[in-house]
Amino acid sequence: MKTANTVLMEVNNLKVHFNIKSDNAWPWEKGQTLKAVDGVNLTIYAGETLGVVGESGCGKSTLARALLRLVPITEGNVVWLGQDLTDLDKKQMRSKRQELQMIFQDPLASLDPRMTVGDIIAEPLKTFRPELSKEAMKAEVRNIMDRVGLLPNVINRYPHEFSGGQCQRIGIARALILKPKLVVCDEPVSALDVSIQAQVVNLLKELQAEMGLSLVFIAHDLSVVKHISDRVLVMYLGNAVELASKRALYENPQHPYTKALLSAVPVPDPKVERGKKIQLLTGDLPSPISPPSGCVFRTRCPHANEICTQQKPTLQVLSEEHQAACLRLEDIANAS
Amino acid sequence: MSLSNTENLLEVTNLRVNFRTPDGFVTAVNDLNFTLEQGQTLGIVGESGSGKSQTAFALMGLLAGNGVIEGEARFKGQNILTLNEKAMNRIRSKDIAMIFQDPMTSLNPYMKVGKQLMEVLMLHKGMSKAEAFEASVKMLDAVKMPEAHKRMNMYPHEFSGGMRQRVMIAMALLCQPKLLIADEPTTALDVTVQAQILTLLNELKDDFNTSIIMITHDLGVVAGLCDKVLVMYAGQTMEYGTAEDVFYRPTHPYTQGLLNAIPRLDADDEKLSTIPGNPPNLLQMPSGCPFQARCEFAKDRCGESMPELKEFAPGQLRACHKSVDGWVA
Repeated sequence: MKTANTVLMEVNNLKVHFNIKSDNAWPWEKGQTLKAVDGVNLTIYAGETLGVVGESGCGKSTLARALLRLVPITEGNVVWLGQDLTDLDKKQMRSKRQELQMIFQDPLASLDPRMTVGDIIAEPLKTFRPELSKEAMKAEVRNIMDRVGLLPNVINRYPHEFSGGQCQRIGIARALILKPKLVVCDEPVSALDVSIQAQVVNLLKELQAEMGLSLVFIAHDLSVVKHISDRVLVMYLGNAVELASKRALYENPQHPYTKALLSAVPVPDPKVERGKKIQLLTGDLPSPISPPSGCVFRTRCPHANEICTQQKPTLQVLSEEHQAACLRLEDIANAS
Repeated sequence: MSLSNTENLLEVTNLRVNFRTPDGFVTAVNDLNFTLEQGQTLGIVGESGSGKSQTAFALMGLLAGNGVIEGEARFKGQNILTLNEKAMNRIRSKDIAMIFQDPMTSLNPYMKVGKQLMEVLMLHKGMSKAEAFEASVKMLDAVKMPEAHKRMNMYPHEFSGGMRQRVMIAMALLCQPKLLIADEPTTALDVTVQAQILTLLNELKDDFNTSIIMITHDLGVVAGLCDKVLVMYAGQTMEYGTAEDVFYRPTHPYTQGLLNAIPRLDADDEKLSTIPGNPPNLLQMPSGCPFQARCEFAKDRCGESMPELKEFAPGQLRACHKSVDGWVA
């Protein structure tokens, strides 16, 4: 873990619920509630990378959006440098966005097809620093393009002329041109090929060291997250199930879900891959509209018993760098 | 490697897939050669645009209308690339079956899952409705579908992604094909579901002695399942050998680069090694080796001629001008 322990962002009991109403419902009918994120607590420190992993539907992207207030927050708050973002009105929030940026999953879809690369990258500057002269803006754009590895002669080209990896570099340049403090990356490399993925991951790591950024790195690929993160949060069905330093999580996972998840990742080594024991999960992910009572993982957990149906576990501090949300941790440890 | 081995279930010789496009001819697959014995699993690995999926479509006779095939693919001695639609339909599903990448879009949304399964049996095996129903339920049980009987009466949208992929696998195995072609069967799925499906494929391979061609970009998936591995790049075979050879003793610079570029759960490197640059545009292929622009060992020779795919050790083939131990003058 990085030594600097300045707290950038604090997330307290964050809940994002969506009201789902079927298209042919009567106006007076009440819709159902989808609990996308259901009570997440975490702290983001300056200069660190927090990885967020989980399978589809676990709420990791919704969490990312909620951190930047891109989705309405149902309950709880997000405190950015001592200020509660949920208290801000639209205008105040907008000025905060200089410090909080995002990189999206689909590199091509997140760029306006009718704008040139130069205009795309300059847009944040035009919005937040309109006083800059044209030349100064151009110089800034060229500078950031150089740092993300884009040649200066592509400045007047359009997004469709670029490959996925190049488009992601444009997206990174746009996110970094205002020198933000926190960048939320929502699956930034999952649409890319392996050889290109490595280029983008290395680039993000370099830029982070250079600019002292904090990253929230969301991905479903546990190997990539292991590579880039200092700390990792594991989510399941809208809940945080484990939060630990990278080493603690990968070497000594505590929560049964984390264990199953880690054992399922294929390793490119025939002997290891064929010899390893996979903890297969039975059944399917329950619906977030009607999650199980108590522990949300209990329907698929090999260790679940009576108590798991009644009580909802919260993250318990196991050591300085390790928290897990499971009621039966001790029993599981004793049994093995 | 002797290509006339009679034990081979499938022999692909000089397979070439071209597409007529408004911008000219594109060669998606260029001189592909491989053989597959009964019960063997071959992994075809490559990045997007390497031609791995087009290989599968060519073998199944499912190429787009502007595709042109050259070469031969002998399945049990018969060239399946020249068969007409009717003859091919008899082979599909009965002898060769395919699982597609996207389980969401490869099932018919208007038909109950049961009907889609029974259709296969009634058509290919001439079963009665009742027989087909029973056999379908059995097969759903075999792929570990819970409550198989009840699920026969459900529509695809009522299934999760992993369950739909199970239906696809069950459908592919209904007629107990000799060869199963799986085109990125787990790419759209979550890791824990992927683990379930891969375990299932491994079990089915043992139970039915089915040969599998596994097409994927994920080297981890190949490591767990495949006996042989074929590495493709821009339509060409770069390296071909047993899984052990390719993973532990890769000799082609592209294979080496690819293996080093994957972040691994069981390793802890500070920096990932990368392959610089981007794959070539298939419309403007450079002369010589397609990988030369990104290869750290490239020399003048590599731009002049495409290296031949040669066997340099028993069962191990590679296409590279650089010799295994370094350059020879």
